[in-house]
Amino acid sequence: MLNLSPEEWTAIELSLRISIVATAFALPFGIAIGWLLARKDFWGKTLLDGIVYLPLVLPPVVTGYLLLISFGRRGLIGAFLAEYFGIVFSFRWTGAALSCGIMGFPLMVRPIRLALEAIDRRLEDAASTLGAGRFWVFLTITLPLALPGVIAGAVMCFARALGEFGATITFVSNIPGETQTISAAIYTLLQVPDGEAAAGRLVLVAIALALAALIASEWFARRAGMRFQGE
Amino acid sequence: MLAVDVEKSLGAFKVAACFKAAGGVTALFGPSGAGKTTVINMIVGLIVPDRGSIALDDTVLFDAASGVNIPPNRRRIGYVFQDGRLFPHLSVRQNLDYGRRMSGHPRDPENFARIVELLDIGELLERRPRRLSGGERQRIAIGRALLMRPRLLLLDEPLASLDAGHKREILPYLVRLRDESRVPMVYVSHTSAEVRRIATNVVRLDAGRVTASGGLELLEEPDTDSIG
Repeated sequence: MLNLSPEEWTAIELSLRISIVATAFALPFGIAIGWLLARKDFWGKTLLDGIVYLPLVLPPVVTGYLLLISFGRRGLIGAFLAEYFGIVFSFRWTGAALSCGIMGFPLMVRPIRLALEAIDRRLEDAASTLGAGRFWVFLTITLPLALPGVIAGAVMCFARALGEFGATITFVSNIPGETQTISAAIYTLLQVPDGEAAAGRLVLVAIALALAALIASEWFARRAGMRFQGE
Repeated sequence: MLAVDVEKSLGAFKVAACFKAAGGVTALFGPSGAGKTTVINMIVGLIVPDRGSIALDDTVLFDAASGVNIPPNRRRIGYVFQDGRLFPHLSVRQNLDYGRRMSGHPRDPENFARIVELLDIGELLERRPRRLSGGERQRIAIGRALLMRPRLLLLDEPLASLDAGHKREILPYLVRLRDESRVPMVYVSHTSAEVRRIATNVVRLDAGRVTASGGLELLEEPDTDSIG
């Protein structure tokens, strides 16, 4: 219908893949950090809180640069991962997923943390008197009750990942077929003469994807909420 | 036989309770703020005493001197909370089954049916807790605690949050429970009429201390708000 070119389809497919992988890998960390911030008091909590929200307030290009020097080929972590696990981030789509996950992380942690803080702890006490150890209390009571927040966090992260531009282009550049997401493709198209029509098509796709994510999250959250109201 | 001898300071308030409870229903009786809930929270393990010991039959549940403190999930003590505390995301049936699943007991349809019948909750099994009346909720909470096959059942003012009509609804079930199940119970209440109906022994608690223990003769004159 939009007559998208193969290159444009590639950018869309890459954007989706990168955002889904970024969200999936960020989720366990998001739940763990959200739980720590909601439930535990420890030395350095304010610092952790700050670090988690840092990508939200730093210029994305700074985050991208920090990723480049730490997760790049010669970066401390990047060299280690490449050497021992064969995982390479620099100039790969995996690197784009990493930067998107980090940029989306603060938006993911916040609703999860709020949902965990809102849970009636006395229900967890009740579960423990019924024989559930701490792990099972978390799995059968805490997590299901926090589900609307977890879904909201995942969608926020996914949406942020779809739109990520600055950190990603700084870290893994703008390589068609590897790291060129919708945003990067739009940017490239706007730099060349006659690119505006193609850019416009991708803009429409970006709007449609963002709307779909929002509607899906609304639907999931309502379903999860309905389970508590009954029927 | 439950043997409790514990001390706990909560700010300026101090609870120092020492009593024994054999089979039947032991009422932990006293005015609001006497520390009754604190005492049973220590029995179940949700509050850790500062000093003392708690033993159930020949199991030491807590002993400050030797550092024993069995966590609540391994004490096998059923607890009916004042506010029910049913899990809102689970159906009534799943709520009832929760303790059995978490304790790793095999399915026992016969016992399930017996307790469903005892509490008359067969109609409610597929509902969500939101859709229940206060009295129904409390019956499910009692069933949930019973179905984990507890060695001891604690009831924390199970009627306090109910209006007079619902109190009359629940009391007969509690009396049946006392007469038909062999689980010893500790029943927390500040209403002597209620205690008179259900209890076999009484432990009086005032300002955090046990002031008397014995039979039903410890109760004062029936209070005016009779619950039939």
